[in-house]
Amino acid sequence: MSAETPSAIGAVEGAAYGPDNPAPYIEPPRKRTGRTPRSTRGNFEMAAWLFMRLSGVVLVVLVIGHLLIQLVLDGGVSKIGFAFVAGRWANPFWQVWDLLMLWLAMLHGANGLRTVINDYAERPNTRLWLKGLLYTATVFTILLGTLVIFTFDPNIR
Amino acid sequence: MATPTMDKVEAEAVSSPYITVTFRIRRFNPEISDAAVWEDFQIEIDPKERVLDGLHKIKWDVDGSLTFRRSCAHGICGSDAMRINGKNRLACKTLIKDINPDKPITIEAIKGLTVLKDLVVDMEPFFQAYRDVMPFLVTKGNEPTRERLQSAEDRERFDDTTKCILCAACTSSCPVFWNDGQYFGPAAIVNAHRFIFDSRDEAGEQRLEILNDKDGVWRCRTTFNCTDACPRGIEVTKAIQEVKRALITRRF
Ligand code: HEM
Ligand code: SF4
Ligand code: FES
Repeated sequence: MSAETPSAIGAVEGAAYGPDNPAPYIEPPRKRTGRTPRSTRGNFEMAAWLFMRLSGVVLVVLVIGHLLIQLVLDGGVSKIGFAFVAGRWANPFWQVWDLLMLWLAMLHGANGLRTVINDYAERPNTRLWLKGLLYTATVFTILLGTLVIFTFDPNIR
Repeated sequence: MATPTMDKVEAEAVSSPYITVTFRIRRFNPEISDAAVWEDFQIEIDPKERVLDGLHKIKWDVDGSLTFRRSCAHGICGSDAMRINGKNRLACKTLIKDINPDKPITIEAIKGLTVLKDLVVDMEPFFQAYRDVMPFLVTKGNEPTRERLQSAEDRERFDDTTKCILCAACTSSCPVFWNDGQYFGPAAIVNAHRFIFDSRDEAGEQRLEILNDKDGVWRCRTTFNCTDACPRGIEVTKAIQEVKRALITRRF
């Protein structure tokens, strides 16, 4: 301790902190003040919270079923090929299954990442850009996936 | 067989309750340096004494510049919440013998609030969140001429959350609050809960609406840090979930 007293550090770096020139405080991120805005977005946060739980329950069935069919039953992963996919999407049931799984997983995952950004990104600009990127990627993936499920052509060559 | 003097010394050593304990304290003084440093203090202390007694020994006998808040010294005022061995506790309610005195005891300021000096933090953002949930009785109509009566069951409904002493141990243990000070934090929600579930109060709806906000209860991730930290044994996480449930069930 004695080898590196706070004053010794100050002297080495040349920053002369003293009673008249105190070091800056380290403020917590986004701290609450009297000017923090009151109620803003209605029930959106509650809807998002509920959606996470409800979609989670449905996803358990969809995802476990999906993994069983794709990876375990009937020869496992080695059976997957163009013909296997074409065969399943010929049936509207599996089309709806995959569509539902796509939408729910994407919205669930995107909303989960939105929470993560809210929790970890401090500066308003970082938040804006990360969320912009997230929403763009989500919309793109959902639209592309939906398009493929509905316009899939088994005779393509 | 041994010399009598030896026996006497040994007997004294056994009967003395004092042990040597190392206090490793995170010091910060903006008038000296912008860097916070750990400083070790060796003190003789009875393990049945409290961490606060150790801090007093240091401040009164070793280094008077050590800065911390305390007022009642008996777990009532909520001044001396600090991070002891990595866990938020009241220094005045933590016995030395309960936190393994064989190893250095680390003591630092609570997290997520501006450290002003040593163990003293700026509590203003914490109290701002508290004020924002309207922690006072709100009623309509004329004031009654007698006290507002309430059944024992109605009182029991929010008994747990009346015990809060606003020490900030819970709020400053919450990882969501560490990274985003806009979150109301557990303590503000506990104190809103105390009025939302009070049968005499009439502003429950208003408080629920405040906590329905984007920085309200929905940011809680149920990590249970707050329940673990509360020196009053309040089931903080449970109180937050009860507010969530009230928000979901009140209209549907
Ligand atoms: C298998 C069934 C699933 C269930 C039961 C489930 C359930 C949940 C729940 C309840 C939350 C909210 C946690 C909180 O608020 O603290 C959550 C968060 C999250 N989920 Fe899922 N989920 C499932 C599948 C998925 C899938 C397939 C994805 C990816 C597309 C995903 C990505 C996420 C992410 C990124 C979060 C946010 C992480 C966090 O809050 O820490 N989940 N999940
Ligand atoms: S709920 Fe417990 S930990 Fe939180 S401020 Fe109140 S007394 Fe302190
Ligand atoms: S000094 Fe009052 S609660 Fe510890």
